[in-house]
Amino acid sequence: MFGQHFLILPIVLPLIAAPLCILLGHRQLAWLLATLVSGLSFVISISLLLAALDQGVLSYAVGGWEAPWGIEVRLDVASAMVLSVVTGISTLVLIYAKASIETEIDTSQHTLFYTAHLLCLTGLSGILSTGDAFNLFVFLEISSLATYTLVSLASDKRSLTAAFRYLVMGTIGATFILIGVGMMYMQTGTLNMLDLADRIAAIGGSRTLNTGLAFILVGVSVKLALFPLHMWLPPAYTHSPSAVSAFLASTATKVAVYVMVRFIFTIYGAEYVFHTMGMDLILLVLAIVAIFKCSFMAMAQSNVKTVLAYSSVAQIGYMILGISLASAAGLMAGLLHVFNHALMKGALFMAVGAVLYRTGSVDIKAFRGLGKKMPLTMAAFVIAGMSIVGVPLTAGFVSKWYLVTAALEQQHWLIAFLILLGSLLAVIYIFRIIEAAYLKKPIESAANKDIKEAPLLMLVPMWILALANIYFGLDTSLSVAAAQSASDWLALSTLSEGGVQ
Amino acid sequence: MNIWSALDPSQLINLTISVPLIGGAVVVLLAKHPNWRETASITTAVILFTLVLAITDHTFNQVPMAVSWGSTFPNIEIAFEVEPLGVLFALVASFLWIITTIYAIGYMRGHKERKQTRFFLCFALAISTVMAICFSANLLTLFIFYELLTLSTYPLVTHASTEAAKRGGRVYLGILLGTSVAFLLFAMIGTWVTAGTLDFTPGGVFNDTQSKGMVALLLVLFCYGIGKAALMPFHRWLPAAMVAPTPVSALLHAVAVVKAGVFSILKVVIYIFGIDNLGQIVTTDLMLYIAALTVLLASCVAMTKDNLKARLAYSTVSQLSYIIVGALLATSIAAAGASLHIVTHAVGKITLFFCAGAIMVASHKKNVSEMVGLGRQMPLTMISFAIGAISIIGLPPMAGTWSKWYLVVGALEADKLIIVVVLTISSLLNVAYLLPLPIKAFFNASGEKQPPWSWSEVKEAPLLILIALAVTTSACLALFFNPQPVIDLINLIPDVSTEITGSRP
Amino acid sequence: MSFIVDYYNYWVVVFLMMVGFYTVIVANNLVKKIVGLNIFQTSVFILYISMGKVSGGSAPIVAEGITIYSNPLPHVLILTAIVVGVATTAVGLALVVRIKRAYGTVEENEFKDKDDLI
Repeated sequence: MFGQHFLILPIVLPLIAAPLCILLGHRQLAWLLATLVSGLSFVISISLLLAALDQGVLSYAVGGWEAPWGIEVRLDVASAMVLSVVTGISTLVLIYAKASIETEIDTSQHTLFYTAHLLCLTGLSGILSTGDAFNLFVFLEISSLATYTLVSLASDKRSLTAAFRYLVMGTIGATFILIGVGMMYMQTGTLNMLDLADRIAAIGGSRTLNTGLAFILVGVSVKLALFPLHMWLPPAYTHSPSAVSAFLASTATKVAVYVMVRFIFTIYGAEYVFHTMGMDLILLVLAIVAIFKCSFMAMAQSNVKTVLAYSSVAQIGYMILGISLASAAGLMAGLLHVFNHALMKGALFMAVGAVLYRTGSVDIKAFRGLGKKMPLTMAAFVIAGMSIVGVPLTAGFVSKWYLVTAALEQQHWLIAFLILLGSLLAVIYIFRIIEAAYLKKPIESAANKDIKEAPLLMLVPMWILALANIYFGLDTSLSVAAAQSASDWLALSTLSEGGVQ
Repeated sequence: MNIWSALDPSQLINLTISVPLIGGAVVVLLAKHPNWRETASITTAVILFTLVLAITDHTFNQVPMAVSWGSTFPNIEIAFEVEPLGVLFALVASFLWIITTIYAIGYMRGHKERKQTRFFLCFALAISTVMAICFSANLLTLFIFYELLTLSTYPLVTHASTEAAKRGGRVYLGILLGTSVAFLLFAMIGTWVTAGTLDFTPGGVFNDTQSKGMVALLLVLFCYGIGKAALMPFHRWLPAAMVAPTPVSALLHAVAVVKAGVFSILKVVIYIFGIDNLGQIVTTDLMLYIAALTVLLASCVAMTKDNLKARLAYSTVSQLSYIIVGALLATSIAAAGASLHIVTHAVGKITLFFCAGAIMVASHKKNVSEMVGLGRQMPLTMISFAIGAISIIGLPPMAGTWSKWYLVVGALEADKLIIVVVLTISSLLNVAYLLPLPIKAFFNASGEKQPPWSWSEVKEAPLLILIALAVTTSACLALFFNPQPVIDLINLIPDVSTEITGSRP
Repeated sequence: MSFIVDYYNYWVVVFLMMVGFYTVIVANNLVKKIVGLNIFQTSVFILYISMGKVSGGSAPIVAEGITIYSNPLPHVLILTAIVVGVATTAVGLALVVRIKRAYGTVEENEFKDKDDLI
């Protein structure tokens, strides 16, 4: 009886808890509630992922109205996998946030932070589980609105302009998606994703559908910060509270990547998008430019959070690159990187947040000599940094391995080479920071004397993510199997083994 | 000689990798008690050496040894398997580790270096990864530990934490990580996609079904991807790494790291391409001539260097390319010469580095030009230097003679006269940049009248350093008079033999 | 000519959309940017609403003798989108208020630091 409603719990639980956080009014209680709810969602998502691996697809008719009339909540392996990542990271970030936001957010607004965080989680879970294209837009906006609020909560006034810029670009992107969905509806008369897929396949393409696809891809690209539509991301990640940066970097953009995968593979079909429309070439070029341009930008920054933000844009390039290879192996590599990148960027932003907590600055100068003063934090930073670089035995190596293999399988030697070259740029921007932490003498000043290790509540989630980077670098059976069956599932009808060519 | 006979042979592999790690942990625990810490280091090194001896014993008895740590990727395992070439390298590395540890204790204390615990820890980590490289059963395992070796030696290179050390570290890491990620990983995945396997297979994994161009490209990628072999133009990291303390330069940059590079190349040539197939690959000759050019150019650069360690570094670059030349000559005897050169160059070059360090500790001199007349102060060191230098040059009665001999015979067998010429010229260049140092040290060229020499002038390096020097110097001599055990081991490597076949296969 | 007349609703939509978009890009005043964003969104609402119209159809209430109904679904959808739009405007304006407090201005060209530009 209760079992069938399980599917909708990751959406409903945070939604109910969000207003409760304000009603409680007490920040400690709000933290406890938010963490518990998020943790519960995580447990549920894991059980859903296991069920999806077992049964293939889980479906739930909201309000008892059957699809295609009602809204369908639908989880397959791909969405269950991303859902587990999102709820898991959310829980860790919430544990971490308690200490972290003390210095970064005004005390009176702590309950608001938890509320907004839970709303954001609602939106993200909703995007991942819905089977309805319009519903997806609504959840996207719920999460986005919550995100704008989260970014603006920082006491740094630049967070306000960053949030405003994010709001303007994000709204334009969302409206583009709305237009695209409208055009699909105009042509097909349905909003259910499976129905849409059937009817689009039957129609086989028309000018309306093409325009709709273009609008959707541009809109989603804004949300996932694909170069050159990434301009909102660096300021937003730089100036928002560290807990928010960690959460957004490892979940929000990943969910947007998922949305793109959903639209390309489930609704339109890879054959249509890549073969008829030739989108693979456009995405491929943009992805490669993103990797190189943004890695170079990351090298030139002195604010470590900005470095990580640009690095995120570059890493998103890898995910899109995997997708644009238009093969089952490429899609799988892209999804795997979604998962692995969430682990590494979460840990990195948490480490930087811990530094901000203790030193009050995230400039690269503030990192000098921290290898001695905050050994655990910097060790976590090094592990996650190695993962970004793609050193063997870390999760980053696994994604790189699969990306290059996918590229080589289609004889794209140049692309494979560019992927590896791109990761060399990561060496430079990560080692700049490591070098400052371990090899430079700290600036001697009274304030610097008593810098000590970050509090336990920050260290624990940070280290869970850092160790996860190593675990998933050693034992890939879990992550690879999930990504594999996800890509198999998505590409079931539309992709042959060797790609659409 | 096998004190570990009670153990399952395959477990020995795990032990060789884990013993240095445990030793490293003990070193950290004993950080507060320097004497006990150093005892732990030496004990670990000795235990490791006995383990490798046990493995050698089993190898001669043809006992198969293999162990798997489970798979990272579907169908590719992190696995280890003993084969003779790896045993050879493991023997060299573990034996010289004992000596270097003794030396390092003398050096670090004599030089009053800071952060000694971190130093000995990273040292142990590096040796552990070297052992894993020696016994890796497939390319992925080799690659993983190759990268870990780079990372674990980075703190050693930047040990001094000065601006120069940082710059050196940057070049070191940049070139080694850069080439391995851009070329080696690429070549490895290319091999995986082309041949469908990464296992080291006697005779090679490629056959006629793969496209010729692809295999040719892969060979180039492997040669440059293994940046630790310091093939020009990716050799800059080796001189840059000389900012490290001398024991590091001695063990890691004359033995462990650079030999891991050429060892990997030999391993790839023998077990991925196959010696017999190598001759048919179009790029083999190209890479061979690049290696020959490196031999000559690096020797020429070495002559211009006044800093002793820099001169030795360029000498190492040149000598490493001997091994690459031997590997790429595609004859079994040249490959044997290359394998032997791993050993002989290791003992010769480590002697030279030990001398450089001894001079630095005792007289604080770094440049060759300052060492005129130093023989009066440090006669023992200078004699060792002369012996090491003669071994590197390849003159009897030193170990280097044999490896050069086999290399030249291999070149003749392959009808590559130009390589013979290169090897000869290079030996002359070696004479020109190595021998002036002991000559000037003993025979003062200034012509001034000197008082007769007496023992009271002697100001030698600490005793531990001298002990280490004596061991490596006598190894140089011993390997000339009795190279047979090493040659027996080399003859066990598939497709490699010191027998002259008389005609090109 | 009929191309223009027949699709006049789309022309209205495109015109409004471009007006809104232009305002967002060009306006110097943050409030005006929000207004532009609103116009931009509104154009999409009209796209949806006009989409639901079926020529000759009546209001979608079941009654005797009527066989052609307009499609009510886009109207319902757009109610949700309007709510989203209002919420976005509210968040945007709230941000503008806080920017005014923090910087003392809502004119983009009056920000001192170039990094703060939107």
